[in-house]
Amino acid sequence: MTRFLTTKNVTLLVLILLVALSPLLFPSGFYYRVGALIFVNAIAVTGIVILTGYAGQISLGHAGFAGIGAYACALAPVHFGLHPALAIFLGAGISAVLAYLVGRPILRLQGYYLGVATLGFGILVSMVLNNERDLTRGPDGIEVPELGLRAVLKSIGVDLTNGEFWYFFCGICLVFGAWLALNLFNSPSGRALRALHGSEVAARTVGVDVAAMKLKAFVISAVYASVSGSLLALQNKFITPDVAGFMHSIEMVTMAVLGGVGSVLGAIFGAAILTLLPQVLTVFAEYEQLVLGLVMMLVMIFLREGLLPSILRKFKGRGE
Amino acid sequence: MPELLQFLFSGVTVGAVYALVALGFTLIYNASDVVNFAQGEFVMLGGMITWAAYAAGVPLPLAALLAIVGTAAFGVAINKFAIEPARGAPVVSLIIITIGASIFIQGGAQLIFDKQIHTFPAFSGDAPLRIGGATILPQSLWVIGGAVVVFISLWLFFTRTLLGRAVLATSNNRMAAQLVGINTNFVMALSFALSAAIGALAGVLATPITLTAYSVGIGFALKGFAGAMLGGMGDPKGALVGGFLIGLIEALTAGYLSSQYKDAAAFIVILLVLFFMPQGLFGAKKTDRV
Repeated sequence: MTRFLTTKNVTLLVLILLVALSPLLFPSGFYYRVGALIFVNAIAVTGIVILTGYAGQISLGHAGFAGIGAYACALAPVHFGLHPALAIFLGAGISAVLAYLVGRPILRLQGYYLGVATLGFGILVSMVLNNERDLTRGPDGIEVPELGLRAVLKSIGVDLTNGEFWYFFCGICLVFGAWLALNLFNSPSGRALRALHGSEVAARTVGVDVAAMKLKAFVISAVYASVSGSLLALQNKFITPDVAGFMHSIEMVTMAVLGGVGSVLGAIFGAAILTLLPQVLTVFAEYEQLVLGLVMMLVMIFLREGLLPSILRKFKGRGE
Repeated sequence: MPELLQFLFSGVTVGAVYALVALGFTLIYNASDVVNFAQGEFVMLGGMITWAAYAAGVPLPLAALLAIVGTAAFGVAINKFAIEPARGAPVVSLIIITIGASIFIQGGAQLIFDKQIHTFPAFSGDAPLRIGGATILPQSLWVIGGAVVVFISLWLFFTRTLLGRAVLATSNNRMAAQLVGINTNFVMALSFALSAAIGALAGVLATPITLTAYSVGIGFALKGFAGAMLGGMGDPKGALVGGFLIGLIEALTAGYLSSQYKDAAAFIVILLVLFFMPQGLFGAKKTDRV
């Protein structure tokens, strides 16, 4: 029994139960949409956990990869006749190659330099999406073709509303993504990443190829961000360059750090809170930025490990 | 030829603003090892407070002074309430704290002021001066002069005054500075105040040319940071030269290549600098201890 109750299995179980049972509490169809948005953000944030939580590297430009994933789904079906589902993989592939090429020189840098280099990359991507109007139609956005999977499901007798379909589809993608991330955590690569997070010098002396491992984490997290962008584009059937914007990159990092960047579940918790916050604050839309900035500062100053680990520690502390 | 001269004039003008922002970055970076992503908000506050005070009937010089002093107080507050409590936090946390501060200030500014674009009159009129077939606004000379004066004052402060040397000592080795009796907390507060005041001054000088709004800060912060990095992080001389260079590169890109991608120039420069000479133009070559 204890062998089965590893962090990995508990995390997956909690996630699956959350995805499967939350709809029982939904008072209306609108909540499926919010749920799907949370899952989409959580996928990107899971990638940040691998990069920042495991390997200790920061990226302020991951929205650039989300933008590539999103625009791959908008453009490839129209220009190459590629099926939208395959376009997700095309976007992920382009993101991975780009992350590899950009990451190789960038990841030699540390701390602030890495932050600014990734930020520069993200801004360049969003600039291209904004300016190449002939291809992307610029800041006004572009429509994205229908994924078509819902029709397939209908033909085999599973009839879901659009909201329900995207809720469960994104939920399944998230569980799969979390499963991969948790497997990575316990693998030799995951241990190497955590080792270089602790001390690059120490990791190098025990034979970890630090540069290659960092690059690996960067490429994997780029793929997560890309898939998240693709799913966002496909479910909205419309996308604007904002998906690749600086604010989106910051949101990703904030979600991860808010919940607790060290654990997949914590980060997903952070994604849920930050996705819900604007929905709750719509009444006070003017205060959204003020509150977001305040939350970022307060959590980083007082709960450095993030919300979930801090809460869990409180409970454990009481038990002892 | 007049065309090139015209591009150079506009490049030097924006470059002077970036240089001021870069100098502000450098001050805080040296004192605390923090890269303050909220640096651009000081520029925004400088412009917005001056505009608001001027619109309320305060004479322009007084409004400008009010903005600079107010922003300096704000800088001290950021240090006291956001940076000091987080001392020893990992770089990732510090980055998020200062970005949080930046978003917070933007959010506050759009509530207190508004979301419109504002300006106030130039200090010495709007009649452009003709030099060698190109024109330059008198306000540009104010901006360039401001950057040079601030740089020289900082240089005198750091080399000729006891307090300035205390700041240098703190940035070299905080513990050692404390041991010889330097009040390092005061030095930190002072650095933030000076840095914020310099940022605000940049906002006051530049607003008649570049206009201002609650959201202009982040652009200045990134360009200023690019300048500081190009010159070599932590080196005031590098910040000055780097800021001017970024401005020139941007103006020449806009003039000869593409005005749409002029903002890209700064980031491509950052990436190239980071790839090929991470220590910047003037920075000391750093070796890692292994």
